[in-house]
Amino acid sequence: MGGYIGKIIRVDLTNKSFKTEALDMELAKGYIGGRGLAERYYANEVNPMVDPLSPENKLIFATGPLSGTPTPTGGRYMVVTKSPLTGTIACSNSGGRWGAELKMAGYDMIIIEGKSDTPVYINIHDDEISIKDAGHLWGKVTSAVTKELNTELGDKVKVATIGPAGEKLSKIAAVMNDIDRAAGRSGVGAVMGSKNLKAITVRGTGKVKVSNPERLKEVVAACNKKIRENGVTGQGLPTYGTAVLVNIINENGVFPTNNWQQSTFHGAEATSGETLAEKYLVKRVGCYGCPIACGRHCKVDDLEAGGPEYETIWGFGADCGVSDLGAVIKANYWCNEMGLDTISAATTIASAMELYEKGYIKPEDVDGVPLEFGNADAVIEWTKRMGEREGLGDKLAEGSYRLCEGYGVPEFSISVKKQELPAYDPRGIQGQGLAYATSNRGGCHVRAYLISPEILGLPEKLDRFSLEGKATWVKIFQDFTAAIDSSGLCLFTSFAMGAQDYADMYNAVCGTDLTGDTFIEAGERIWNIEKVFNLEAGIKPEEDTLPTRVLKEAIADGPSKGSSAKLNEILPEYYEVRGWDNRGIPSEEKLKALGIK
Amino acid sequence: MKIEVRLFATLRENRGKVLHISLNDGETVREVLNQLNISPEEVAILLVNGRDGLIDTALEDNDVLSIFPPVGGG
Repeated sequence: MGGYIGKIIRVDLTNKSFKTEALDMELAKGYIGGRGLAERYYANEVNPMVDPLSPENKLIFATGPLSGTPTPTGGRYMVVTKSPLTGTIACSNSGGRWGAELKMAGYDMIIIEGKSDTPVYINIHDDEISIKDAGHLWGKVTSAVTKELNTELGDKVKVATIGPAGEKLSKIAAVMNDIDRAAGRSGVGAVMGSKNLKAITVRGTGKVKVSNPERLKEVVAACNKKIRENGVTGQGLPTYGTAVLVNIINENGVFPTNNWQQSTFHGAEATSGETLAEKYLVKRVGCYGCPIACGRHCKVDDLEAGGPEYETIWGFGADCGVSDLGAVIKANYWCNEMGLDTISAATTIASAMELYEKGYIKPEDVDGVPLEFGNADAVIEWTKRMGEREGLGDKLAEGSYRLCEGYGVPEFSISVKKQELPAYDPRGIQGQGLAYATSNRGGCHVRAYLISPEILGLPEKLDRFSLEGKATWVKIFQDFTAAIDSSGLCLFTSFAMGAQDYADMYNAVCGTDLTGDTFIEAGERIWNIEKVFNLEAGIKPEEDTLPTRVLKEAIADGPSKGSSAKLNEILPEYYEVRGWDNRGIPSEEKLKALGIK
Repeated sequence: MKIEVRLFATLRENRGKVLHISLNDGETVREVLNQLNISPEEVAILLVNGRDGLIDTALEDNDVLSIFPPVGGG
């Protein structure tokens, strides 16, 4: 069978030992790879009540069957574990080249267990695997670690590493790879840090076998054509990157500002994708095998760095009231160096700014850098302090929920299941609100990107204020996204491609006869095991909700003024569409029908 | 009547960011596109005062029209 290597590495850090074992191909049939298959392995092996930062937790790096093949965007990998931020299943996705390299080294997945007594890194070079001392790397920022390992092991080695934030167990720490790509969300970097694992280096010289190369050529050509001819993937993303969304979301009046106290931002144009392209852009960057190349490299003063993405610009920009795009680029750089998730880091600073504005954080607590909305220096300096847990940065490193709860005002944290919401106000985008509330990893836009139909009009334009049909749209987007995340491809391909396109590529690579419907059904199976895991991990059904401010207050300004969240009107319909009971618990019949029980 | 037109991304090339345009009563978005030499196929998103608009939406005095070509996702 092509696509799958059929081999995984299991590392025991406690005993500094490892072994390889065969991939369970029966499981792969039902759960594809990447997110789905790693979660199935994880749920089979780990007690859902495990403390995420204990040695008993496991950490999985997983590729998909299409990773490392000639399919468009086939370079993704997924980090799966239990999140220290949310207590839910965590599955953080990243691009770059590391994922494809792991496949070429000859492995589908790495399962990491236990905890090393000293800092180590794992080195993989084709068949040679070793666990090496990382004492000299501990405490260093991610670019320094990457450069040092490339000097030691050669330029072609790909590096995934944590920064100081992961070492210091920040609950919003990321795993960084290829310098500026991030498996960002849910604190997966802290789990890596808790195991004293600083980095995983990979060099692979093999090839991923393809079952039907001729057929794959045809299918890839057809998919690449769709990607080229689609306005979003062929023009919008290549020209402006994700930052082009700043103006459009602001023009719709759903651009959260000053920790979600307003929903339009006076500095939108100054921090827009258009301004980024005009004043700061140095070059476009693509991940492995990507025909879209939405990545950016920007320069400000003497700093040239990767990014920033739309979500990051919004977080450090509008949500902190900062209209200085240069400062945003620098704050983004420091997130990457510290190994912090940019969405959670930026919005945690925004919540700290509201705590400061309302007098909870005192002027004497801020060591000379006032947490005032609009203070460009603050977003840079507090990112560094958060990464190093310096002063009040120690509390910020816990994420916005724990920070605000500590001051007795958890409602200042704009989060779902303790994970911060991204850059779209759901009070004016009702389907996205349902997607946030029901996301299996807490506040997140890429479990189901309803922005696509509700704002961008893809694949068709929906009325963003209406609830009609949204329960079904959210379910389908959630299932479809879970399947794409499991294939090893980038979610951005879905602006141009449909379920049958993915099935066609999967079939050509793996030699199977999957249909578009069975591809989406695998996504539904994955969504259901995530939900079951979360319930068994103690997440309560009523945590499928939105932040207090979003639920109780209407939008205060701009074109969506007066609009409020209608979550409670649509949640029962969503559960019904899912085949779950009225509390949102998957029914036995549904789990049986999906082959889970 | 006068309206404000906000252009974004590639539509700004040779046109500018914000334009003020005079229209006759009852004229629609189509007339604005004609005046600006923008073909309907180039338009992916159209907002009138921040709400979804259509090519045939009639405009009123002081309306703000925002026009986007195909853009990206986040």
